[in-house]
Amino acid sequence: MLSQIIVQWRLWFVVAFLFCASVLLGARLLQLQVMQKDFLNEQGDARTVRYEDIRAHRGMITDRNGEPLAVSTAVETVWMNPKLYWKKLKAAADENPENYQLIRLATQKLAQALDVSEQSLLTRLRENETKGFIYLKRKLQPAIAQQVKDLKVPGVFNRREYMRYYPAGEVATHVLGFVNIDEKGQEGVELAYDEWLQGTPGQKKVLKDGSDNIIKDLALVREAEPGKNLKLTLDMRLQYLAYRELKAVVTAHQAKAGSVVMLDAKTGDILAMVNQPSYNPNNRKNINTASLRNRAVTDLFEPGSTMKPLTVAAALETGRYSPGTSINTSPGYLRIGRKNIRDHHDYGVIDVSSIVAKSSNVGTSKIALDITGDALWDMYYRLGFGQMVGIGFPGEGVGVLPHPVKWKPLQVATMSYGYGLNLTALQLAQSYQVLANDGIKKQAALVLRDTIPEGDFIMPAHVARDVRTMLGKVVAKGGTGTRAQVEAYDVGGKTGTVHSVGASGYEDSSYKALFAGIAPVENPAVVMVVVIVGPSGDEYYGGEVAAPVFSRVISGTMRLLNVKPDHMPAMAESEKRLQEILDNHKS
Amino acid sequence: MANKDFVRQLPGASHHLARSSSWSMRLHVDPVLLFLLLVLSIGGLFVLYSGAGESFADVQKQSIRFVLAFVVMLVFAQLDPSVYRRWAPWLYLLGIIALAAVLIAGTGAKGAQRWLKLPGLPRFQPSEFMKLAMPMMVAWYLSSRILPPKFKHVVGSLVILLLPVVLIVKQPDLGTSLLILASGIFVLFFAGLSWKYVAAFATAVGALAPVMWFLVMREYQKQRVLTFLDPESDPLGSGWNIIQSKTAIGSGGLYGKGWLQGTQSQLDFLPESHTDFIIAVLAEEFGLVGVSVLLSIYLMIIARGLYIAAKAQDAFSRLLAGSLVLTFFVYVFVNIGMVSGILPVVGVPLPLVSYGGTSIVTLMAAFGVLMSIHTHRKMVAR
Repeated sequence: MLSQIIVQWRLWFVVAFLFCASVLLGARLLQLQVMQKDFLNEQGDARTVRYEDIRAHRGMITDRNGEPLAVSTAVETVWMNPKLYWKKLKAAADENPENYQLIRLATQKLAQALDVSEQSLLTRLRENETKGFIYLKRKLQPAIAQQVKDLKVPGVFNRREYMRYYPAGEVATHVLGFVNIDEKGQEGVELAYDEWLQGTPGQKKVLKDGSDNIIKDLALVREAEPGKNLKLTLDMRLQYLAYRELKAVVTAHQAKAGSVVMLDAKTGDILAMVNQPSYNPNNRKNINTASLRNRAVTDLFEPGSTMKPLTVAAALETGRYSPGTSINTSPGYLRIGRKNIRDHHDYGVIDVSSIVAKSSNVGTSKIALDITGDALWDMYYRLGFGQMVGIGFPGEGVGVLPHPVKWKPLQVATMSYGYGLNLTALQLAQSYQVLANDGIKKQAALVLRDTIPEGDFIMPAHVARDVRTMLGKVVAKGGTGTRAQVEAYDVGGKTGTVHSVGASGYEDSSYKALFAGIAPVENPAVVMVVVIVGPSGDEYYGGEVAAPVFSRVISGTMRLLNVKPDHMPAMAESEKRLQEILDNHKS
Repeated sequence: MANKDFVRQLPGASHHLARSSSWSMRLHVDPVLLFLLLVLSIGGLFVLYSGAGESFADVQKQSIRFVLAFVVMLVFAQLDPSVYRRWAPWLYLLGIIALAAVLIAGTGAKGAQRWLKLPGLPRFQPSEFMKLAMPMMVAWYLSSRILPPKFKHVVGSLVILLLPVVLIVKQPDLGTSLLILASGIFVLFFAGLSWKYVAAFATAVGALAPVMWFLVMREYQKQRVLTFLDPESDPLGSGWNIIQSKTAIGSGGLYGKGWLQGTQSQLDFLPESHTDFIIAVLAEEFGLVGVSVLLSIYLMIIARGLYIAAKAQDAFSRLLAGSLVLTFFVYVFVNIGMVSGILPVVGVPLPLVSYGGTSIVTLMAAFGVLMSIHTHRKMVAR
């Protein structure tokens, strides 16, 4: 009976103990779930709620007619968490052999889908086994990425990215430049207008699990602001045309390089700008640094005879010369100090027009020496030599236009026919644009402007017109640039052939063939400069190599731009036929 | 008892007898306990589905274990308590041999050797077997002697106690060894252990603690205790589990986030979310209300168990039943205590809810013993 009581008593003691223990547990849970709830909730969110960037769509670059030149398309990037992969693989190996085999098989298929050997994939995963992030393959087609996703290899994830595509390929690549794999501008317009194009990435709030998978989107913090589109002044029809002809000539003459720049004569808009050698921006695997440069903007050269019309313009501006003023160029050379300035032939007494048409170094030098080096320099400077054109292109060339304290006669003479200074093809085109636009300079531009600037007065309109007439004669019969002629249109221009500058000064057998021209010459629509560097073979003169490019490109350009022909030989022919038929009827 | 004529009965008792021999008496099942266990195990399956990452396969496996465990419970309920008493020393001996075998030829995982694989049998943990054999042995030892126990019998009990405990500590499995130790001590306590001994024992534990720390405990076990004292000291290492589970419990709040809606447990942040830490899943998804319901079910089971112990007719049954019930409570208390951060992390599953086979079978066997004790009472007058 005593023991019974003891046990009963102990039972109550146990009940009391149980009660206390239960109260303790309850109190603890109350503390966690009610009193510390907010703090622990926050802690919970800190583990699961993450902020993710949303990539902004990079703006599109188009030509002046809206033709796409650089577009971003959605692609998928596959990345991997090697740490997680090995963890899951090990867990499967320990617990579930069947699952282990499945993972091994999926890994094999993953390697296949990514086009790598299974061994190299595993080696890479092993090398990075402590890392939580490696790229497996970037910029996959969405279809292949889906295929990869369906394999369900542990630790493999997809991410949406954008890939830049350049539909015009090598034709416009020097102007456009390119972006790197993260869509940051590296070259050209992509670099110059990177901020404008790139937009602002957005942000979203997401729920992530312990393996870094996004479980669901909770909220949009900030919409991604897509980059703005950029409209260039290029006209892709003309760009393709110029590229085709330039490439043909560079190939035919086995030249080292070449550039063509075409400006709108009235506005200064760059309608075409092409270079050789070029590259495919969509596949930059075997890229050659020499082909990267936008030579038309970056490369400097001595302009040679293409300066003569501008020297004459300076002379005409003084009022002491007119196109008909006679100059004696006998005996075909001019001795200044110890140097002889030579012409190809002794042209005798010729007028200023003919000096340009025949490209007489002696005549040009005599005029320059007469009007003084300062007057010449002043004209050149106003035309923009020695200064950046200012189209905002990275690496734009400035050029050298020397201005000595005291001019030496030889320096004045050589500068008058384009030696002793250098410039870019774009600068040369800009100066001819002044001639084409009756003496008013319209700043060249690569990005389409809402309003065309008033322009700067450089020279009187009649001077510009007179020089244009002379340029027309260069191309006419008896001039040096006859091969620049264009059917149905009167065009004008100036040839130039300069020795390339090498390591030891001027090289005897390496030339640059130049042509700078205006079309049509009476009522100009476009200005164009052709530079062919290092043509090999018998033909190397500007009139032989560069002028035909001008002819062919302008011929197509005139039609594409709907420029009214100056005369219609084909029509004249058919009229004659009609007359003959009528005559026959009469008889 | 063979001859009914010699059984003394009160008038009208036959009526009472007839009512008691309902289906439950004939099947030797306690309907109250059965109902509570069914509610607990079915509810537990829902929590498990969520905690195991919505894995239906795990739920299926667990269900099969439950079916098996209920069968084991029914079998154990059929045996008369006297059978257990007779077999107690032999079961205990068998357990000791098995434990020794584990140390020599056992298999295991994560640095511990706890499993025994015998040809023709599914692999099992002898320490689980000991959870039943130990209280039976101590109950047998004390019940066949004078109660309350004399000093030498207390010492004898302690020897019986410590032998398997030391073997289990060696595995090492601190959690289980403590549970088994507790189950034996509960028997001693119910047997009427003098308060002097209780006080002496408490003093001894206090004195032994530093000795345990320096001589017995393994590095990882010390680490657990240190982590328990200050989880933030190693938040990315050993403190991780406890910080994560507290976060999960706390973020559940009063009403929880809803079934399968818990972010911590569903998104791989909660470690061991389907085994030892499953209560955190419940707490996150069903809130304080859910945990309270669970606790209530446990307490009702324990209350019923204590009632059975109090009604037991012989000393052996009473001691055994009391010990089993209290051990069950220790399970619950230690598990919830460690997950909620008031006890150090020892590997104790949440009874009948955590994923895992052996502990379910052992627990249900224990409930089978309880039912046996309750349904094999001799219908004698008080």
